[in-house]
Amino acid sequence: MKNAFIGSAVERREDLRFLRGRGEYVDDLRPDGLLYAVILRSSKAHGRIVSIDTTAALKVRGVHAVITAQDMPGGPPIVPMRLQPLPEFKPFEQPVIADGKVRYVGEPMAVVIADSVAIGEDALEAIEVEIDALPAVADWHVAQSGQSLLFEAQGSNRSLTFYAVRGDADAAFASAPYVRRETLRTGRHYGLTMEPRGVMAQWDAAKGRLTVSGAAKVPFFNRRILAKQIGLPEDSIEMIENDVGGGFGARGEFYPEDFLIPFAARHLNRPVKWIEDRRENLMAMNHAREAEVDVEIACERDGTILALRGHIHTDMGAYMRTNGAVGARNIAQFMAGPYRVPNVKLDVSLWMTNKTPVGTYRGPGRFETDFFRERLIDMVAQDLGIDRVALRRKNLIARTEMPYPIATIAPYEHKDEYDSGDYQETLDRCLAEIHWSEKAKLQGRRIDGRYHGLAVGCFIEGGAAGPKETARLAINEDGSISVYIGSSAVGQGVETVFAQIAADALEIPMDRIRGVFHGSTAYVSDGYGAYHSRSVVMGGSALLDAALNFKAALCEAAAQRLGCAASAIVVTEDKVSAPGGTSLPLSAFAGLSREGAFLNKKHTYSYGAQAVHLAVDAKIGQVEILDYVVVVDAGRIINPMTLRGQVIGSLVQGLGGAFLEHLVYDEQGQLLTGSLADYLLPTASDFPNLRAFTMDRHPSPINPLGAKGAGEGGLIGAGGVIANAVANALQSFNPDLRELPLTPSRVWAMTQPRA
Amino acid sequence: MKLPPLEYACPTSLSEAVALLAAGGGEARALAGGQSLMPMLAFRVVAPALLVDLRKLPELREIEISADGVRLGAMVRWRDIEDDERLTAAHPLLKAAVAHVAHYQIRNRGTVGGSIAHADPAAEMPGIAVTCDAEIAATGAAGQRTIRAADFFLSALTTALKHDEIITEIRLPAWPAKRRWGFREFARRRGDFAMAAAALFYDQDAAGKAINAHVGMIGVGDRPCRLPEVEALLNGRTIDEATIERAAEITSATVDAQEDIHASAAYRRSLAGTMVERALRSAAA
Ligand SMILES: Cc1cc2nc3c(=O)[nH]c(=O)nc-3n(C[C@H](O)[C@H](O)[C@H](O)COP(=O)(O)OP(=O)(O)OC[C@H]3O[C@@H](n4cnc5c(N)ncnc54)[C@H](O)[C@@H]3O)c2cc1C
Repeated sequence: MKNAFIGSAVERREDLRFLRGRGEYVDDLRPDGLLYAVILRSSKAHGRIVSIDTTAALKVRGVHAVITAQDMPGGPPIVPMRLQPLPEFKPFEQPVIADGKVRYVGEPMAVVIADSVAIGEDALEAIEVEIDALPAVADWHVAQSGQSLLFEAQGSNRSLTFYAVRGDADAAFASAPYVRRETLRTGRHYGLTMEPRGVMAQWDAAKGRLTVSGAAKVPFFNRRILAKQIGLPEDSIEMIENDVGGGFGARGEFYPEDFLIPFAARHLNRPVKWIEDRRENLMAMNHAREAEVDVEIACERDGTILALRGHIHTDMGAYMRTNGAVGARNIAQFMAGPYRVPNVKLDVSLWMTNKTPVGTYRGPGRFETDFFRERLIDMVAQDLGIDRVALRRKNLIARTEMPYPIATIAPYEHKDEYDSGDYQETLDRCLAEIHWSEKAKLQGRRIDGRYHGLAVGCFIEGGAAGPKETARLAINEDGSISVYIGSSAVGQGVETVFAQIAADALEIPMDRIRGVFHGSTAYVSDGYGAYHSRSVVMGGSALLDAALNFKAALCEAAAQRLGCAASAIVVTEDKVSAPGGTSLPLSAFAGLSREGAFLNKKHTYSYGAQAVHLAVDAKIGQVEILDYVVVVDAGRIINPMTLRGQVIGSLVQGLGGAFLEHLVYDEQGQLLTGSLADYLLPTASDFPNLRAFTMDRHPSPINPLGAKGAGEGGLIGAGGVIANAVANALQSFNPDLRELPLTPSRVWAMTQPRA
Repeated sequence: MKLPPLEYACPTSLSEAVALLAAGGGEARALAGGQSLMPMLAFRVVAPALLVDLRKLPELREIEISADGVRLGAMVRWRDIEDDERLTAAHPLLKAAVAHVAHYQIRNRGTVGGSIAHADPAAEMPGIAVTCDAEIAATGAAGQRTIRAADFFLSALTTALKHDEIITEIRLPAWPAKRRWGFREFARRRGDFAMAAAALFYDQDAAGKAINAHVGMIGVGDRPCRLPEVEALLNGRTIDEATIERAAEITSATVDAQEDIHASAAYRRSLAGTMVERALRSAAA
């Protein structure tokens, strides 16, 4: 039997459970004796803690404890960085609870443990806090001035400067016939999950075991951190993954609460649960995207790009969180995107400010840098009088140049290269799908009072972070097969695609795969989780390896029982057979189980193009998307339907970032968008006209599946394409468009005479 | 975001409800659809000792249409207005405005009285009340009284209502069949509170000139207001393009707009003018 589940639009297995209301989220867990945690958060952006008086709060009926830094002998533990854990960042890492100083509005100061959340909130109001306010550092400009320091001992608010380098940019600029320099900005927003975060911890004093539910994304790594912080061996902690309502890179990183709740459970010897509310979520979950660049592009007169050079400033918030540096480095490394840019010299300064710390949000750094780059390219096209599509075509990296070396992040990282692809192909398809040649004539035209604009842009999308992933296959009592995987499910359809991969590898029908178990630390010996679009490439390849080991072991065992050579055994649907016709059901081998692993240091690069046709009501600054097309080539596609869903979903998030979502702070570091009435998420009716197309023409050479990480691409290109289309629509006003998000107020301002 | 500790009562007569509010002495609050009050409780920006639920007062649920106009019981829901086909003729402006209120789920619960009492500057119903010279009937410990909409809204979230008073109904004057009207609103997403909205109408004399012009502005400034300068411009004129453009200019020049996190003051002023312009154009069409 030869299967072809891989590549088919198999319906999502997990959906039935969700649609029937049978999903199980961390807040659904209510063990006997459960207590609830509520967190007192700083209302000041920057200050010294003079006192936290919990006396009155402890007297509130139903309150069991109020935990502060004082309760942690030796001081509160620090949350270490997971990615780019450079020594320079160490002093800027976050303590699990404010210790001496508060550095952002929302920083945990005390944890109340009570019989209910409502009682806990009553007690919060009874805690007396005295903070000596310090001048707030509300953005990177203030940070740079050094007037107020978040970490006095460091002498500067800059945690580090990265460099992205390739070729000799200064030489290229010195002789370039055309140069343009621009300052561009992206606004702070974040990967808001509909289900806020949650942690539930249970301490079994007799066995000395800690069980933590609500783990997601990187449970194995988080277990390592927690074990160290709380002083337990790793195997005394079990991290349990539950269903989640959104991950987006933000959920599942190690946050202060991931220590505080287990600590409280152990402290009180009772199960303790904390469910983040929306107000907390807006100020506690990782923020993202706030960046400003001062960047120059050098070109030949014919539009050939020669070099990129400049300075990038990212607003990191108050601490370096687990993956806080990723966005900053990506802005630099991927500013060239899918284009041939032989010379690059960019520096990125990471500025500490009195705002919520940042972390990765789907397409980290890429959304920002694609806006910067694509906006610049359109400006170049206009300056040089070259067609926008032709300019892109001229500079796209050709298939024959693959693998293509890209800028290296100095001084810390290895060389990286794009793995494979034909970038022109996705551009062609995208232009065809949106009917570019007919629609281009609408550019800038006013029809029924609205200005029409079009734009197209190209993107690449990284994936497949190593170093390793593990997978296991096992035979159940009934002869069905279970798949265990070290990656996590954060809504990508992991249960479906891994069942497809396993069924193909074992050459059995998909319904023989009973379950796909993921994430929790109990399932495999080691796991690396779900980030950097890595699950399919890393976990899927590990699964192929596990399937080889599993089949070999099964044939070996069958051969012994059936009295023939292992090589003669044939595995079919639910049995193994020997040449003579004798056979045994798979259930006869219940318990047989084998692991496999995949090791990898290289990255995959999906790529594509996107185009939009929109109309701007200039008098009110309102933009309507009439048609939006994304084309992505993701190498070998496991499931085109789930991929398409991911692309559309991420595109909506990208449009949120381009138009609506904005975390606004005032000069005192107060968050002004503290609820979903002011932080505007896209809703179901906002962007109805989106289309996504997937292609699988160029498999990745770096893994046995040929797959590439994908699903972030819709978002990555959205800011740049939207900005260019709006600028094109309003070309008769010579608009000043250098900043996202494009609020109605800003769009309108572009149509007004400039002072 | 859980409610502070509070008591709850669900009286079955208006007098009982008023008595509970009066006894509460400012620490008691009426509860209607809960769509504004419950979030405020969850954020703990208000913490009353007692909630007096008005849901068991059926006499507050009626929509009455007569020669005198439209009487909306305080507990009439947005959904009731949407579903009432008589209102298309009896008060098309009301119907058009209410179509912009919030989202499906909220419209199933939110009430006319709650919106008037809450007095959000960007809410549609207070704007309609002011534009149409509505009367607001309230009952308190001291008895019944009627308050003109123009006197009712004092500033954002502040009204002339006393703490023991319950709004019982909103009376909108009769709507002549030939009246010209327009409603235009802009919000950043469907169902959001208005960034600015214009509600307006006028009648016409025998020569087709506008008379009795009422022009209301919502979402700009700290309460809904009429625009007397614009009304003065319209009265006695034919509503042609030149007049419409002039009306927009006067609007932008006279409204009192503030900068906030969503928009600059200049944008809001311009938007207010555009809303008047577009509402007028649809009225004149
Ligand atoms: C997401 C969201 C979007 C919204 N968008 C809009 C919008 O676009 N436009 C809009 O207009 N509204 C909007 N609203 C508000 C909604 O219309 C509310 O329902 C309305 O403002 C209040 O009505 P309620 O019946 O829910 O009142 P409640 O929330 O129950 O009460 C509000 C206030 O009025 C008082 N009150 C209620 N009834 C009476 C009475 N009869 N007498 C005296 N005092 C009373 C209460 O004590 C309280 O102070 C939105 C709400 C939400 C949650």
